[in-house]
Formats: sequence, C-alpha cells, structure tokens
Amino acid sequence: MFTFLLKRLVQATIVMLVISLVAFAVKDNLGDPLRELTGQSVSEAERQAMRTEMGLNDPFVVQYKRFLINAVQGDFGTSYTFNRPALEVILDRLVATLELVFAATLIIICFSIPLGIYCAINPKKWFSKLIMAVSSIGISIPVFLTAILLMYVFSIELGWLPAYGRGDTANWLGWESGFFTLDGLSHLILPAFALASIMLPLFIRLVRSEMIEQLSSEYVKFAYAKGLPQRRVWYVHALKNTLLPLLTVGGVQIGTMVAYTILTEKVFQWPGTGFLFLDSIQRTDTPVITAYVIVVGLIFVITNTIVDLLYGLINPTVNLTAKG
Amino acid sequence: MSQSKHMSLLEVQHLQIEYPSRHGVMVAVKDLSLSVEAGEIVGIVGESGAGKSTIGNAVIDLLSPPGVIANGEVLLNGEKISGLTREQMRTVRGSKIGFIFQDPMTSLNTLFTIEQQMVETVLANEKVTYEEAYQRSIDMLNAVGIPKPELRIKQYPHQFSGGMRQRVVIAIALICNPQLIIADEPTTALDVSIQDQILQLIKTLCKERQVGCMLVTHDMGVVSSVTDKVAVMYRGELVEMGTTSQVLGAPEHEYTKSLISAVPRSDIKLVRFPMVNYIEAAEELHQLDIANHWLGQSQDQKAYQGPLLKVENVNLRFTTKDSIFASRREYVQASNNVSFEIVEGETFGLVGESGSGKSTIARAIAGLYAPQSGKITFEGIDLTALKNEQARRPIRRQMQMVFQNPYTSMNPRMKVADIIAEPIRFHKLAENNQQVDQIVADLLDHVGLGRKAGIKYPHEFSGGQRQRISIARALATRPRFLICDEPTSALDVSVQAQILNLLKDLQDELNLTMLFISHDLPVIRQMCDRVGVMRHGSLVEVGESEQIFTSPQDEYSKSLISLMPSFENLSKAHLQIASS
Repeated sequence: MFTFLLKRLVQATIVMLVISLVAFAVKDNLGDPLRELTGQSVSEAERQAMRTEMGLNDPFVVQYKRFLINAVQGDFGTSYTFNRPALEVILDRLVATLELVFAATLIIICFSIPLGIYCAINPKKWFSKLIMAVSSIGISIPVFLTAILLMYVFSIELGWLPAYGRGDTANWLGWESGFFTLDGLSHLILPAFALASIMLPLFIRLVRSEMIEQLSSEYVKFAYAKGLPQRRVWYVHALKNTLLPLLTVGGVQIGTMVAYTILTEKVFQWPGTGFLFLDSIQRTDTPVITAYVIVVGLIFVITNTIVDLLYGLINPTVNLTAKG
Repeated sequence: MSQSKHMSLLEVQHLQIEYPSRHGVMVAVKDLSLSVEAGEIVGIVGESGAGKSTIGNAVIDLLSPPGVIANGEVLLNGEKISGLTREQMRTVRGSKIGFIFQDPMTSLNTLFTIEQQMVETVLANEKVTYEEAYQRSIDMLNAVGIPKPELRIKQYPHQFSGGMRQRVVIAIALICNPQLIIADEPTTALDVSIQDQILQLIKTLCKERQVGCMLVTHDMGVVSSVTDKVAVMYRGELVEMGTTSQVLGAPEHEYTKSLISAVPRSDIKLVRFPMVNYIEAAEELHQLDIANHWLGQSQDQKAYQGPLLKVENVNLRFTTKDSIFASRREYVQASNNVSFEIVEGETFGLVGESGSGKSTIARAIAGLYAPQSGKITFEGIDLTALKNEQARRPIRRQMQMVFQNPYTSMNPRMKVADIIAEPIRFHKLAENNQQVDQIVADLLDHVGLGRKAGIKYPHEFSGGQRQRISIARALATRPRFLICDEPTSALDVSVQAQILNLLKDLQDELNLTMLFISHDLPVIRQMCDRVGVMRHGSLVEVGESEQIFTSPQDEYSKSLISLMPSFENLSKAHLQIASS
C-alpha cells in the first residue's frame, strides 16, 4: 500500500511537472504582460527597464525555475483584470464549476446504469433499440449545440427553466452552493444536462456492453444453476462486475468533464472557472490562464489516483501491496 | 403412472436440441434417450462438438440462446421438468439438481467471498436462517475436504488453488442435497494429481448420499476410472451405451473403437496410433523426396558431435512482490539449477504439473526469458552469452517452437500461406517469391492440409488443422531443433493422435531433435526417448522414458505415475481392436 502510494506520488509529480511546463510555455509566449500593465504613455526605455526589473529578460530556465518555486507556494502572479492573486480568483469560481460537474455526474450515474442494464437484459425490446439509437445520436452532437437546443426548448419556448446564470446560493456548513436553494437548483438543471449529454450516451453503451459480457460469463450460468432468482443474478452478481470497469473509465471522464465545462459555462453564462478561462484568454490574463491549466491538471491527477485506490479496495483480486 | 414400472432418477426421452439460425437449423442433439439411477455415475463421452455438454445444459434448462429443446422430454423421479416456467425451473436447480462446471476459475464470482456465494445458495432454495445456512456451508466445506473452513469461508475465490476452488464448486453444488449432479468436464482444467482427488471425491459423495451423477467428459481415462455406465456421443447422436466395462472392453461401434485407440496408452509404447481417421480425415500426406527437396537440404552445418543442446544449472526467478527494498522483494523460483542434455535426433520429454517450470525452461531455451544464472549451449554456442537479437538470429532459425494454443498463436488477419512464408522471408531462406510459394505449398501438402489451404485464414480451420499450420510454420525455417510446448493439450484425443503421428513422421524424415513438454504422462510415454520429471522448478529425475515409467526412482515420479488414471479396461479394448 505504502509503495503503491509512493509510486503514484512520483508519477503524479512527473505529470504535474509536464503540465507546469506547458502552462509556463503558454505564459511565456502569450501576449505581452507589459501591454496590459502599462498605458500608451510609457516610453520604450521605461518598458525595457520594467522588463529587466520583472525578470522578463532572464533566460527561459531561470524564469521557469522561478515560476515553479512560486507555483508550489500557490503563487501564480496577480490577475491583470481582477488585481487579485490568480489562484484566489480561480478557487473562488471553482465551487461553481465543481457544482456543475457534480450535478452532471449525478445525472450520468442515475440514468446510465438503469438504462444500460435495461438494454442489456432486454436487447430485443423496442425501448432498448430506441435508447441505443438516441445514444448514438447523442454522442455525435457537440455540447454547445445540445446546450443551445436545451435552452431554446426549455427556457425560450416553454419558459420552464432559466436560461443563464447561477441563481441564488445558500451557505450550509461553510459551503456556498446553489444546491440549497430552489432557484439555484432550477438554474443548475439545464447546464448540468447539457454537460452530461456528451458522456451519458457513452456510459449507457458502456454499461450495456459490460453487462452483456458479464451475463454470458460462466459464473452467471453457475449462479442460475445454484437456483438463485434471476433478480439476484442480475442485480447482485452481474452488476457488481459491470461496475468495476465503469469506475476506471468514469475516473478519467470526470477529469475530461471539467474541461468540457468551458463550453457549457460559456453558453449558460455560468460563473465558473471555464467561463473565467475563456474570458481570460480574450483579455490575455496569463496568470489566470496558467493557474487554470495547473488546477485542472491537479484535479485530473487526484481523481485518477482516488479511482485507482477505490478499484483496489473493491476488487479483491487487485493487491495494492504487490506490483503497482 | 403404474407402480410396477421402475422409475429412474433421471429419464431423458427422445431429446432433440436445435440451434436455429439464418442458415438453417443446426441439430446439436438428435433423438437421445438415456437414464441415470440414484447412486450411479453415468459418463457421457465424446469429442468437442458432439453435443455432450448440451445435454447437461438442456436438463436444467440453461441452453445458451438460441438453443431450444425441439422435441422429447426430461423426467426427474417421474416428474416432467422440461418446459417448466422460469420460477418452477428455479426450484429444481440447486435444490434437486446440482451442477459442476469445467473451469473453477470462472464459475465462481471473483468479487464475493465463498461465504456469500455458499450461503446465498442455501437461502435461495430453503427457508432457513442465515446462521443455519452458514453452519451448513461450514459442514459442507468440511465434507469436501477443505481444511480450516471457518477461516477459508471468509476468503475470495482467487485465494484458492484450482483444485480447492473446484472443491468449493462441488460443495456449492451439493449443499442443498440434490438428487442429481451434472458434472461438465469437472477435472479438465486441473492437474493429474488433483484430478484424481476430485474424481474420487465426486464418486464417494455420490455413493454415500445416493446421488445420481451425469459426468460429461472427453477423457476416456476419467470414464474408465469412475463411471458405472457410459454413453458415447458422436455428432449429436448416441452411438453406444452400456456398462463401462462392456463399452470400453468390447466396443461395438466403429467410432468408439477409433476413440479408444486414439487414447495414448500409459502401459506400453507404440510406434504409431492406429486407426484415428474417423473424425477429421486429413488429406493424404504427400510424400516428398526429402533428400532432394529444399526441406531436406537445410542442414548447412555438419552433424554436431556431442549433445546438440546442453542446459547447465539454469536458474530463473520471477518477482511476485516488488519492493524498493531488496530484502522485502519476493520471488518464485521458476527454474532451480536445472541441467539436462539432448542429443541429436532424440525426443526429450519434460513432464510435470502446472507451475512446475516446464514452459519456463522451454522459453529460456528459445531466448524468450533470460536466466539469472547458468548456461544454455546449442551446438557448443552459449546462448546466454549472446548479446543481441542480431547474434541470436541464426540460432532462432535452427530452433522453432510449436505452442500450446493453436487459436491464439497465429495472427488472425494473415492468410495461412503468409503465416508460413513469414519465417522464410525473414531469414531470407529462398531466392525468390516463386520459390517461397512453392515451399509453402509443399509444406502444406506435407502436413496434410493440402496446398489450397494457403489462401484461407486461420479461423476457417479446426484446432487440429491449426496445429498442423503451426507445425508447418515451425518447419519453414528448416530447423534442427523443435520445441513443442503442450502441442496437443487443447485438442481432442483423436486429433491429438493424428498430430502426434505427424510429429513422429516428420521427426523420422527430417532427423529433428525435439523437446516435448506435456503434463500428460501417457502422451510423454508415446513420444519421448528420454524424460525429465519436474517439480517446483527443479528437475527431480531424468532417464530413459521406459525406465521412468516402469521403475521410477524418485518419490515424486512414483506418485505421479501411480496417479495416471487406470486404463485396465482400455488396455483390454486395445487388445481387442488390435486382434480384430
């Protein structure tokens, strides 16, 4: 267990180093920070003096080292737009993004597992065929299009749900979230469904194919031969085995979903990190951009490590103390 | 029902099982009638595709779709159990009929403990409390010979060895006191010594509890050692049925005779297997003028003086538990100071149970694993000293391998002709493509597939035919040394007999030297001049094969040889066939 954690820590560090290099390269090459900081009146000589003072003329390696040392301490510089530390700006907005991702994950779990199981055990019913057909369409429609369609139907035509914004939030145990107010929830529904729309069809298909594979396995046949009721064979024996590979894929996809929030948040004007990221690109707010890349990378690495640990805990044949 | 008529425990009447498909109806079992009495073990024997497993599955209504019972009925104690509803059938399964599957690795669910899997069986079939069900499980585990059941019941299936796992499966099958057990190849996936224990266990439990047993198997040895009656299936039809001694001692049907003659004999070495062409008639072997053919001209080297292959003190270990601290690493010694020699033209056999390190040695010789210490010399060249692939290449050409599983050892996307031509092209053994084509065609003819086979893909062939392709591929580099790693253990007996005949013929013609690895003692006896017995990575005994089989010196060899299923009945049959 200890070796496993140590190994994962080393791997995570390497991954984070690579990500930081990318982030720094972005910072180094994207726009000119002086243009954002200074007005038209500053002369070229003064600009050069400021450059030297800020260390922008130092060699790449020196600058990267400085960047790393600061980054480890959580210092990504001050946002040009907000005049606050970039990390603080990101973390402020992160709650909203995670709220969205969490809601979308909930939707995916609640729909994909029952629907996938239904398709697996009733492969010939028309409803299963309908689910499969709709899911293949769902995979091929991009998120922003789904988002716009949802918005058009449910807020503009039907007027049931608000089209944009996050709505009211309430504080519960120090957690400021839209989950705790009716208004917040109604604002959450459309963006969450839009975000889930890209993964949901994929997961339905995944659950279905895994379940079909499990149902044709020998232990399922043996379970029937033992005289177990069909329900128990399906929902206890086959389901648990179905969920294992789902966990692995799910872990990776949650990370991917954080990335997809960029589009969803933009369309729904959701005040999260994705929305902030797009704005920052337009304003060339490099500290915020680099901080975003690093934070999202960190979320990726953490979720995947947790998933690997969980997998080892659930699957008795995986021994974390052995070769990692 | 009149009381005067005797009612068998299980009565199968005019059973017909069909698999409808777009291309018409495939009849898996044709008009089959048989019966099983209480306390009696009935063997159902036949080769793959004969429909023997289908019968067992049909009895408990677990035919894989789209299979259906088209005709006939199944009676248990005079009550009809075919055509019941799902819920009615469920009450029969487990509580009246227990089922044992072939592979104990896959018939238990890996994510649940033995306790969960046993107790749920009792609770599903009987109205008892959890404590009662738990106690019954413990008792049952005791009865099947699992030590410390209170401790073991908390474990997961992967913490059990193959034999122990099959005991658990048997315990689950018997826990609700069924009247009938259907055992579908219960020992095929197990080692010889464990096979014997499991068979004896099934036999004892059946006799003690007066349970009827339907034992489905392809292994004549198993049939001969435990069954009371035997039914022989051939292509979905019952060709012969009677008491075991009668069927095996005086078989009437041609197929039964052919099947019995294909079983490798453990008591005497024969030059060839007689009459085995009943099932898969191979093309007539084309005689080649070997002396003048490309295949015969290979040997650019002169005959080497002394042993062709020498294995000296080879040690090889695998890491089972890795750690950054050297002291905490754990290893399994797959090969422990192994030494033997093989002289030109002989067949050297390595025999042992699974995990004894037979295949590891073969792979070390072929250069797939690097030993930690020791020397492997081929024609006086130390193979372990070869630095890179370039240096090894001429040796690789001299040395070829035939693998165990003909289904996975070929690239399914390549045509057979290309599979065989690949080594010729790679080693640049032919002058032009025309010559390559000619050689491939001759090889295909020579292994009995016919040259037309070249344009097909591997999946179009049966297991035996595929193993012929593997042999042709191995011969394509004109090797002097052939490593056969369990070449027939995935095949039916009659096909096995054909392949072994082919290997013998090729060896005589081409003067091949062979390392033949098998867990099957009779096969080893039929094939090998000298034999090495392996256990836990060590070679415990090496000697002339006749000497090892008649008077083994080592304790382990003795026990291994004594555990070979008894063939008394079979030997009689052999004599009868030979004399007719």
